[in-house]
Amino acid sequence: MTTTPLLRVRALHKTFGDHAVLRGIDLDVMPRDRIAILGASGSGKSTLLRCLNFMELPSAGTVELGGQAIGRAAPGKADPDRRTYDQAELTRVRQRVGMVFQQFNLFPHMTALGNVMEGLRTVRGQRESEARARAQVELARVGLADKADAYPARLSGGQKQRVAIARALAMDPEVLLFDEPTSALDPELVGEVLRVIRALAEEGRTMLLVTHEIGFAYHVANRVVFLADGVIHEQGTPDEVLKHPTQPRTRAFVERHREFDF
Amino acid sequence: MAAAYRWNFAPVFENADVLWAGAIGTLRLFAICVVLGFGFGLVVGLGRHAKSRWIYLPATAFVEFFRNTPVLVQILWFYYALPILLPFEISPLTAAALGISLNSAAFSAEIFRGGIESIDRSQAEAARALGMTAAQAMRRVVLPQALRRMVPALTNRGIEIFKMTTLASAVAYVELLQQGKLLASLNFNPIETYTVIAIVFFLCLLPMVQATYALERRLGRADA
Repeated sequence: MTTTPLLRVRALHKTFGDHAVLRGIDLDVMPRDRIAILGASGSGKSTLLRCLNFMELPSAGTVELGGQAIGRAAPGKADPDRRTYDQAELTRVRQRVGMVFQQFNLFPHMTALGNVMEGLRTVRGQRESEARARAQVELARVGLADKADAYPARLSGGQKQRVAIARALAMDPEVLLFDEPTSALDPELVGEVLRVIRALAEEGRTMLLVTHEIGFAYHVANRVVFLADGVIHEQGTPDEVLKHPTQPRTRAFVERHREFDF
Repeated sequence: MAAAYRWNFAPVFENADVLWAGAIGTLRLFAICVVLGFGFGLVVGLGRHAKSRWIYLPATAFVEFFRNTPVLVQILWFYYALPILLPFEISPLTAAALGISLNSAAFSAEIFRGGIESIDRSQAEAARALGMTAAQAMRRVVLPQALRRMVPALTNRGIEIFKMTTLASAVAYVELLQQGKLLASLNFNPIETYTVIAIVFFLCLLPMVQATYALERRLGRADA
């Protein structure tokens, strides 16, 4: 059976000034894929994620969403692979590609429910009652039905991140991007967020997850991608990459993260 | 030692209707200038925040020009010089409203820009990630948060605008100070008249300022 990849990334480059962060990434994300992206800090993993919903515009290369290449080829003299992006198109793309941030980025002037309703109201143009009902369903899914009227300042980090996940889910994204969703959390709050993400994985949602939680990646991902110096250094099943890495750098990374395992 | 001055407020209160007309004029000019000044200030402030130089440069030029010229000169210029360039007369109200509003727009534009830029970039980013346009992100997420932080600075601007309305007396617009001048010269009692004018200003402004403090406290509660 052949299926079109949900996301198809080809020769993706991103440079900031003269610093090349991504240096040619090829990646296919199939429906129901759960891809963990690992790598040392500065390896480009967050930048890769941010290029997939165009929070950062790729410097070169293409991203296809559901078989449609995003942007228009606009070859320059120096870089023949350059593309230009239309803001209206990117706005539509972002409605299909949800993102959860490391720092949650909830809207502090809205309640938990207000945060989840916001996209439905402003982007989808739903009626108040319709958006409210949907937002309540999503808050219940992340176990926060009772916190609907709380402002973010009154929520713990773990609760904030679960609201942020509900906010992304309400838009029915085809792909979910998690950018180090537990890195800003106290250790005792990590579990509640990972459990929500695992439940979403078990529902068959397509997701890419940048994380330092190697154990979680091992149990939840179906593919692991190890980035180093802005390229995919090694990839495969969790067992291949995390238990039997072939590349020295992957091996060193995994060992470093398991140093204090017992 | 100076001879004891015998205060006599009776002639001022006998002409309360003259001062009343002035108070109405002051409030009218104030209302016009607050709405136009803050409204246009928001537009110019957004322009100062814009990336395109075709928006940024004119907005900056506007701010610098009107920040660095005296309002009184602007009012006089609009009153005496503008009718020469335009095919119609300019009323004292129009001249005063133009001068004060444009000056207030220039100052409040900087307040709006500062407030918008004080909101962390990640807020607009989270809004864009939901699929909002830049305008929607500004209106729904960035501005509401920025406005809360701007309340104290905008209050100060509002007080300034209220007091600047007295400059309209330079073109004989009927407001409090203009009416005070009239009474003082008719009754030869500038001391009593200007005392009353000052107290009227104080009594108008104090409740307004108290109201904005209450607003600040209410907004602060929702945030915490």
